[in-house]
Amino acid sequence: MPNFDYEAPKTLTEALELMARPGEVRALSGGTDIIDQLKNNRRNADLVVDMKRVSDLTKIESDESGLRIGSAVSCSEVHKFTIENDRYSALSESTELIGSVHIQNRASVGGNVCNAAPSADTIPALLIHEAIAYTASAEGTREIPLIDFFAGPGQTVLEKGEVLKEIGLPTPSKNTASAYLRFIPRNEMDIAVAGVGSLIEIESSTQIVKKARIALASVAPTPVRAYTAEEYLEGKKISIETINEAANLAVQSAVPITDVRGSAEYRKELVKVLTRRTLNICVERLAE
Amino acid sequence: MTKKQIKTTVNGVHHEILVESTWTLLETLRDQLQLTGTKEGCSNGNCGACTVMIDGKSSCSCLVLAPEIDEREITTVEGLSDHGHLSPVQDAFVENSGLQCGFCTPGFMIAATALLNENPDPSEHEIRLKLAGNLCRCTGYDKIVRSVQDAADRMKKG
Repeated sequence: MPNFDYEAPKTLTEALELMARPGEVRALSGGTDIIDQLKNNRRNADLVVDMKRVSDLTKIESDESGLRIGSAVSCSEVHKFTIENDRYSALSESTELIGSVHIQNRASVGGNVCNAAPSADTIPALLIHEAIAYTASAEGTREIPLIDFFAGPGQTVLEKGEVLKEIGLPTPSKNTASAYLRFIPRNEMDIAVAGVGSLIEIESSTQIVKKARIALASVAPTPVRAYTAEEYLEGKKISIETINEAANLAVQSAVPITDVRGSAEYRKELVKVLTRRTLNICVERLAE
Repeated sequence: MTKKQIKTTVNGVHHEILVESTWTLLETLRDQLQLTGTKEGCSNGNCGACTVMIDGKSSCSCLVLAPEIDEREITTVEGLSDHGHLSPVQDAFVENSGLQCGFCTPGFMIAATALLNENPDPSEHEIRLKLAGNLCRCTGYDKIVRSVQDAADRMKKG
């Protein structure tokens, strides 16, 4: 492993002072991405700052205003917290399928976001809830809509010295359901060829879609929203036909590449199929 | 390189040791504490050969920095038996031939122990899902799953 220093601050103030130090300073929470990247020289560091002992970053809480996930909270903890709360089904599903249980026990949702892989499984689940990234640096704090947080594969808009503090999800309205599905060639332990998160709110008496949110993974340089499909669905009565048309339209938001995991054409087809399936799951969930 | 003084409990034994910032937990266990039961496979979190428990949670020790385990409790395969008496999971792996070459076995037994501690009565589907992070290249998966099912029965009987 290349040489670097390690610090484990106990307070956010201390952490931000360390993050502002000269040189390449990297935040670590679960470490399941960054340690592998450091080993293989895919990212470098002069100093690694372990965020797991900063109590502000290890809390997960929900109240009437919404859900707040500290950036160092593990996928297992987020899964456990959301599994009994059907308001966040997509997030609960995505946190249970990242890597293995050994990875989920260490890896944080905040780290999945900051690693900014286009294939990251938790990001579509956060985007459909219109999550906000709350950041902090020695200079102050920022609130960034999560959709604007990504600058490219592995790149975020975080500046030198700035860390993700918390991810906030506003409470979904009643009659809202969500789902996340990804396609991988095996059953577990793989990276999404494509992933789709969907959320719909339906007026129960008329079956009219009041709100639709669809987000795609692994089909663009960053995670993306399928705005055209969302706009089409809103105001329409939910039916097999409208779901199929929304699935067709979602493909317009995908600009995939061809790589070892799949061709661009195949990924577009997957977006269609997974959008349809996630919307159908949402409808089933709303009927329960 | 900077060294860090850490306090950790490994298999019930307290250690105060100096570790390099860049060492992994796997390196500290094997090279510093001579606990070579934990194996190095892929070194990137895919194979699970290096699985240990950190505060009871199964984790890949190749993806943990040694200084991260300050004030944490580690359990390795050497910590499963009690004064020479094999644990129910170890007994079940022996009785059901849940191993061929044995390289993946320490990781599987730790993963199985962590699983059964959390869920004493897992279905076959749950066992296969929760052990998906452990690879056996001899591919004796059926016997491994049977071993875990048998271990669950043994633990229920006490």
